[in-house]
Order: sequence, then C-alpha cells, then structure tokens
Amino acid sequence: MQVGIEKRNIIIVVFILVGIVLLLKILSLQVFSDYYKIAAENNAFFRETQYPARGLIYDRNGNELVVNKTVYDIMAIPREVVSIDTAEICRTLGIEKEVLIPLLEEIEKKKKGSSGYQFMAFMRQVPAETHALFQEKSYKFPGFYSQARTNRRYVRGISGNLLGYVNEVDKTILENDKEKYYQQGDYIGRTGIEEAYEGVLRGTKGVSIFVRDVHNRIKQPYNEGYNDTPAVAGKSITTTIDADLQEYAEKLIANKIGGIVALEPSTGEILAMVSSPGFSPELMTGQDRGKNYAELSSDRFKPMFNRALMSSYPPGSTFKLFTALTGLQEGVVTPQTRYGCSMGYRVGRGVGCHAHPSPLDLPRSIMMSCNAYYCHVFRDIVDNPKYNNIEKGLERWIEYAHSFGLGHKLNTDLIGERAGTLPTVERYNNIHGKNRWKSLTIISLAIGQGETGLTPLQLANLSATIANRGYYVTPHVIKKIEGSDTIPARFYEKHHAMVDEKHYDPAIEGMYLAVNSPTGVGATAAWVKVPGLEICGKTGTAQNPPYEDHSIFFCFAPRENPKIAVAVYIENAGPGGRHAAPLATLVVEKYLNGEIGDGRKHIENNVISTDLRDLYLKRMRR
Amino acid sequence: MVSKVNRGKSILASLDWSIVFVYLLLVFIGWISIYAAVYDEDHSGIVDMSQRYGMQLIWIFAGLVVALVMLLLDVRFYSVFANYVYLAIMLLLVFVLFFGIEVNGAKSWIAIGNVRLQPAEMAKVATALALAKLMSGHSFKLDRISSIAKIATLILIPVVLIFLQHDVGSALVFVSFIIMFYREGLSGWVMSLFVFLIAIFFLSLTLDPYVIYLIITGASFAVYAVLSRRFMRAILLAVTFACIYICAGIATDWLDITVSNEIVALACCGIFIVGGLYKALKNKPHYIYVIVAFFIATAVFSYSVDYVVDNVLEPHQRVRIENLVGKNIDLQKTGYNVHQSEIAIGSGRFTGKGFLQGTQTRYNYVPEQSTDFIFCTIGEEWGFIGCFVVITLYLILSIRLVLISERQKSTFARIYGYCVVSIIFFHFFINIAMTIGLAPVIGIPLPFISYGGSSLWTFTALLFIMLKLDASRFQ
Repeated sequence: MQVGIEKRNIIIVVFILVGIVLLLKILSLQVFSDYYKIAAENNAFFRETQYPARGLIYDRNGNELVVNKTVYDIMAIPREVVSIDTAEICRTLGIEKEVLIPLLEEIEKKKKGSSGYQFMAFMRQVPAETHALFQEKSYKFPGFYSQARTNRRYVRGISGNLLGYVNEVDKTILENDKEKYYQQGDYIGRTGIEEAYEGVLRGTKGVSIFVRDVHNRIKQPYNEGYNDTPAVAGKSITTTIDADLQEYAEKLIANKIGGIVALEPSTGEILAMVSSPGFSPELMTGQDRGKNYAELSSDRFKPMFNRALMSSYPPGSTFKLFTALTGLQEGVVTPQTRYGCSMGYRVGRGVGCHAHPSPLDLPRSIMMSCNAYYCHVFRDIVDNPKYNNIEKGLERWIEYAHSFGLGHKLNTDLIGERAGTLPTVERYNNIHGKNRWKSLTIISLAIGQGETGLTPLQLANLSATIANRGYYVTPHVIKKIEGSDTIPARFYEKHHAMVDEKHYDPAIEGMYLAVNSPTGVGATAAWVKVPGLEICGKTGTAQNPPYEDHSIFFCFAPRENPKIAVAVYIENAGPGGRHAAPLATLVVEKYLNGEIGDGRKHIENNVISTDLRDLYLKRMRR
Repeated sequence: MVSKVNRGKSILASLDWSIVFVYLLLVFIGWISIYAAVYDEDHSGIVDMSQRYGMQLIWIFAGLVVALVMLLLDVRFYSVFANYVYLAIMLLLVFVLFFGIEVNGAKSWIAIGNVRLQPAEMAKVATALALAKLMSGHSFKLDRISSIAKIATLILIPVVLIFLQHDVGSALVFVSFIIMFYREGLSGWVMSLFVFLIAIFFLSLTLDPYVIYLIITGASFAVYAVLSRRFMRAILLAVTFACIYICAGIATDWLDITVSNEIVALACCGIFIVGGLYKALKNKPHYIYVIVAFFIATAVFSYSVDYVVDNVLEPHQRVRIENLVGKNIDLQKTGYNVHQSEIAIGSGRFTGKGFLQGTQTRYNYVPEQSTDFIFCTIGEEWGFIGCFVVITLYLILSIRLVLISERQKSTFARIYGYCVVSIIFFHFFINIAMTIGLAPVIGIPLPFISYGGSSLWTFTALLFIMLKLDASRFQ
C-alpha cells in the first residue's frame, strides 16, 4: 500500500502542476498581453468606411466634364432582418419579386453564419428619389441601412473611351492591389482618364469607429470620434481636352469606324481624342450597368475598344512625309530633285500611281501624292552605298521612324496605348531568307503600306512633329492637378526627331499646296481648303483588299506657329481626300474659328450624314 | 418498500456531498455559459426550447435522473454486469458504423426520435467498468503478458471502432487510462518515457535535429545519473560531452569542412555510445544497455515524427499539430478557431467583461462556442477569476476522486475510480489546453459544462457510479 500512497501523491502533485500550467498560460493571455484585448476590440467595434468624394474632371477651358452625384447603397445586417413585408420592399425599391427572393435567401443563409452581424450589400446605386422613399419607410425594414456613395454624372455627351468610367472593383483588381487599398464594393476608375488618374481622383477613404452595444447595435462614436480618420476628397483635374471640339469631332465621325486625334503641337496636349463608335459612360452607372456592360462587350462594332490609342493602321500616303524628310536628312534628295512618273514606278513588280503632271519636284510630289517619287527616294535611302547593304540601310530607316515616335509607345498618360508596328530586318529575313531580299522587295514601305502600322495618336503626333519642325512633346491629357503646380516632367520634355529643322519647310510647302492649291491642278485635298487658315495636310489611302480602302488625313494649321495638329482615320471610307480630309479640316476650322463658315456647311452636313454602318455589316458578314 | 427507503437513506447519508456539490456547480456554470454563448435578445426566455440553453436545461434534468438511477441501482450490478454493459456498448459502436448519422465529419451518432446519442461517449463508461472488472480479478497480475493482452484488447476494440467513425478526439481519450495503470503498478519509468516521447514529438516538429540530439543526450545523462546514482560522474560526463561537441564545432569551422550540425552532434554521441558499450562489456552495469537503447529509440522516434505527421495523419490533423507548434499558421483558415478563441479569452482580462457582455463569443467570432470552445465564454465574461474558479473546481474534483478511490476497500471500485479520474482529467486538461493554444484541437467536450446531452449524461453516469460505489464501500 506504501507504493500506492506514493503514487497517489505523485498523481495529485502532477494534477496541481498541470492546473498551474493552464492558469499561467491563461494569465499570460489575459493579463500580460494587450494583444488579445486589442484584437477583440477590432472584432467588436464597428468601423464604418467613409468614402471620399471623387475628384471632378474639367476640360481645358474649365468646363465640367465629369461631376459627382449621390446615390445610395442599401445594406443589410442579416441577423437584424426580421419579418419584412416583401411586397412593401419591392414597391419601395422598385424591384421585382424575382430579384428580391434570392437576396432574401442570401440573408437567411448569412443569419446562421459568422458574417450574420456584418453588413452585406443588398442593393447598390439606388438613386436619390428611391432612397428618399426608402428612408421614409425605413421603420418597416429592420436591419436595413443605407450608405451614401458618390457616383459619376457626365455633364457633356462625351464618349467613355476618353473619359473612362467608374466601376466596382473586381476580383482581379483586389488580388493585384499591392497597397491593399481596395475592398470589396469599392469603386475604381476603369479605362480612359478615370483609370489614368485613379490615384489622384479617388482620394483616401476614411473610417469612423462606432461602439457596438451588447445587442450589437451601433451606438455612439468610439472615443467621441477622436480615433476616426476623415476621408480625404479626391483631387479634381483639369484636362487638355476641349469639350466643344471633342463633342464636335464625335458628332462628325458618328456612324463611321475610326479615330480622330487632335493635338496642340507645341505642348503635346491632346485637344480631342475620338474612337468611333463610342459609348456613353452614363451606361456604366446606375443599376443597369451590368446589363449595359454585357451588351457593349458583345457589340460587333466594339464600342469599348479605343481605336485612337490601340488600333494599328497602315498610314498610307501620309507616310510619304516621313520618307521625304528622311531622304532630305540623308541627302539622297533635295527639294528640287525631280522624278518622272508615268502612272507609277516601273521597276520590278512596280508600284502604280494616278494621273498627274510629270516630272515633279519634292513639294509637288507631296501635293499630288506621287507614288513613284517616293519609290525613288526610299530606294536611295535604304540602298545608300554608305550603309553597304540593305539590312543596314533599313535599320537606319527604322531608327528614323523611332525618332518620330513610331514603333514604340509614346508613353502618354492614357492607359492601354499600343506601340504600333514597324518592319524589322529579321522579319524580312524570316520571310524571304537572309540576303534574298532587296529594296524593291520592300518598296511598299515608301508609301505607307506593308509592315508599317501607326495608331491614330502616333499619326497625329507625326503631324505635330512636322508642325513643330522637328520635335514633339509626349501627348497627354493632364493640364493641371488640383493643389499642384506641375504635371509629370515627361510632358514638358521635347523629343527631337533625327531630321533637322531646315528640312521641314519644303515638305510643309507640299502639305500646304495639297490643301491650298486651286482645284484642278492635281492637289489631293484642294476642295476642303478653309480660307485664312493655311491648313497644311496630306491625304492617305491605305489599300485593304478585298475591302474598301481606309481613308486617312493628317494636317496642322496654321502654317506658322501651328495651334492644332489633327489625324483622322476612317475605316473603309475610300480615298483619304473623300471622307477623312473634310472631317479633319472641319475639326481644325471648329477649333481655330469656333464655327464652320457658311461656305462649308454643306461639307459639314455631308460628313455628319455619312453612314457607313451597312458597309461594315457587309464586311463583317463576308 | 421499507428496505428500499432504508437504502435510499443510507445512500443520502453516505454520499460524498462535496463531489455532488462540485458537480452541480460545474453543471450550473455550463448552463449559464451556454446561455451567454448563444444569447439572443429575441429569445431571452430561459426555457426557450428553440435555443441551446433551453435544451441544455432538459439535458440537465435528464442528467439528474441518470444520476439518481445510478445511485438507486444495486451496487453489485456494476461489477456483475460490467462485461455485459461493455459488450452491449461495443455492439452499439458497430451499429453506429453502419447506421449512424454523420455530424461534422464524424459518423458517430444514432438518432432516436429527436434525441441524438453518441455511443462513443458511453464507451468510456463501459470500458472503465470492464477494465475495473478485469483488473480486480483474483488471479490478475499486471506484469503478465496475457494480462497486458487482455487489457490491450479491452481498450483497442472501442478505440478502433471510434477511429473508424472518424472521431479521433474521443478515441484519444482512452490514452488517459495510463494514469490508472500508473497507480495500479505501471512503472514510473514508463510514465516518464511516455511524457518524454510526447515532448520529443512536438519538439521534433519545431527544432533542428541536432538540438533534439542534444536534448536526448542530456536526458540520457539524467537517466544515467538516476540509475547509477553517481550524480557527479554524470555531470562530469555531460561537461565532457559539451567540450567535445564545442571542440568538434570549432574544428569543423577551422578546417572549413561543410558538415551539418546534425552530423557533428551524431558523431559526438557516437563516441559516447561506443565508450559506454565498451564499459558495459567490461564492467557489466546493465543499465548502460538501457541507456543506449533509450538513446537510439528516441532518436529513431524523433526521425519518425515527420514521417508520421506527413504521411499517417489526415491533412486537417496535420495542420492542427503544425499550428500548435507555430508552423504554417493561417489565421483566416486553419488557425482561425484557436486564434479567435485566444482573442476571446485574452480579452476577458483579469475580471472579465461581465455576464452577457462578451462580444467575441456572442457574435459567433468563436466557432463551436457552446460545445468544444465553451471555455472561451467563461474566459471572456468572467476573466481570469472565472478561469481560476473553473480550473480549481476541476482540480478539486479530480483530487477528491483520487482520495475517494484510495479509500475503497474493493479493488474494483478503486480501479474504476481511477478510470473516472483519468477520463475527466484528460477531458478537462485537453479541452482547456486547446482553447488557449497549448494542445492541438481534437474536439472533445469540457466535462459537465459543454453543451450536449450525450456528453453530460455520460459524465454524470461515470461520476455517480463512482459515488454509488463509494457510498456502499462499507457494505
């Protein structure tokens, strides 16, 4: 029995030791550590997010483009929802029973779970009128609350491609959000200006901390609001956009697919940027936004695709300016150099041309858009003996193109900009084999066909570079950020093209003549001249077999101290002189004169009424 | 009639009222804690049968009936029918395997109307009775192989059946009988080894292997000290070992040899093992074989831990064990329960937040708050004082049960009493330890306090059978 007593005592001592160990651990949790107390407070305090008002967006003249309106999110705390009158709630919120029932089922499900005391979104973006009705009857809906949110209101009828829109954050955004700023249900700017300046416009969310009572009801502010952080309103921005011009340009290109970009050459400011067809950003707000988004996404004309930034088009004859300037800089052509042309360039497979006087000097070759002239110049550039072989010659040519902002992103502030395309030596080596190709093989590059692709923004930038006689400033939409005197440094910087200033005047002379010559002497765009504006322009017609040619025009005005450079690209609209040229000159006239002269009203009407949608539908069916 | 009344009287007179009092106190604490845990202003009536505290009230009254029945049954019933009870419950366990209902992944319930019973709970009582019956037999000697085989069979049958129901927690409870075996003759060495191996198990998951070697080596020297009773020599040996180890470390560093710490430690241990075996062959002190065997066995054991954790345990069990030792904690998922439970208890501070003032347990931050994690409610609302009271009550109960068992004349009653202590103490310790992050979450209830009829009735029966045996000890 002695052993039994000894073991009994050991057991009792071990029991007591175990009890002491437990109590010590509990003591360390409860008394010696603040962590768990604080963690519990985080659990039991109610933190109400304070949403800041989003910054407003103005145009260059201080006109409002995008402002805020108040909408309401109806929230529910599932465990507080008891016996509601479904018919009443349908009537009040103006929804169908079929919409309500799954929501109520979700509430019932959450009642049992651990999120039963947390807010769940019941209905988002309820307009103010509906909300007023809901407030009036809120005593009938226990457990339902409303939270004011700001939503966007679009003052001008400007497309969402430029402005962008504001939408609820989705899963992908939440996962990629490194700062962990966004939470489920937050809004974020998507595409266009809203996305580009999201960080400025959104402001900073604040938080108000409330104490919950025993029944988990939100009682009074914690610590008299001392620990709250107020929301910091987003900053408003002034953009470089001219709202009137933007609206006008959108009106002109309606019912045609394409893009328009207008820049202020000396500053790189984007005055207007249109992608057609566009869409109203208004569709992306309000309660139908989900449905609208789905419709826009499946639209065959792809209205949400920003062609001005993202479509890479062959530049056609507008590219002759680049060939001319490069040839002048390389010394393979002078302004006085004349080449003959008999309906084309007759070497190798040859390049066709249209009927015009012959031979022509350089300005007149631009004025009349002679293909043969540029075949000569191009071959002289790339076959220049100083480069030994065609590969070196082409590489040099590509270097020139790069210096004009082609083949790479311009690094504008808008999101989604594409680089366009330029040919590469490897590409031709792959297609034809090394040393198996020569300048004649790639002759179509001379006239803007083949492997070259420019976005409308790059085309406008090329026009601005010519207007500036040799440099460009990265195109941008930001003019001023509230509370700041500067915009990003890259928008002040001049990028110099590899062609010296002195070579531009003969080329510009050609562009001037193309528009301002009397009609009937072979100028490609004489019929759209605007008296007094000295518009310098060049047409382009990109072949697009088996479909209709694309219609292209770029120009700037006035000739000295240019104020505006414009590029217009219209898909399948035929020769550049037919549709793109009148449209571009109307934009210039509108911007410089404020209105369209009486003599050109018929041109304006004609452009506006041109509807190519049937043509496109036919193309899509083919 | 008369004799029954007399017996009832004598029962009341000889009943150990201190245990009854602690029992009632724990049951009451359980009920108010469940009330606080599920309290909801829409259902504030204390006998609302749609709520758990309403149901628990029914379980409590039924439990009192169970207690009364246990006291009124003839005392001989327990020893005479122990094997039949055991057999019946084992059949029930088999029945559950085929016809049971699954709750939380464990197929361990049978439904009779609205009442759900968990035979695994009853198996504890049945096994305790059967073990007491077997081990109190006249010819029974604990050190015989046949006896050990019988004991193992008695325990393994319910353990395997309960494992098959995926109710690991309840199966592990049977480990607790080791306390009873210790009292009935199991060597203290075995007990120490058992505890040491459990410690090595958890340490192997957190520490580098070479640290484990050093710990095992230290333990071996301690064993040597105790067995040889030469304490100074043991210390000297340990110091020598430390010197060799440090020199080896410096030497490898100096010679710029890249060897892992593990190899160095093992090499040093090797020197001692060879030295020890040489001495054993020469002088024949047998305990050196024991020490070497101990060293090798624990070393192998520590290596097998990772294998067992990675390959034998189910993923959720592995995660629980890893969380316990602080590995791979994801507070949103696997570590959530224990973390929330620690928050709830920790936020109670010294005096607690007050009855019904707990925010953590009330608002469902803590899962299973009225069953396995009921201790959170106590910790949050009654603070350290409440925890102290509850733990003290369990200690009083356990110690009082030990004392009561020791005063039994019949071996059957003593062994049964120790079984009761073992089971209750194990539940109490593991349950509270898991809510404060000291033990892995194995999901066993807190005796008398956690919500649930099966568990309350089982513990009541377990306890009151002992009280009956005790009250009849002079018969």
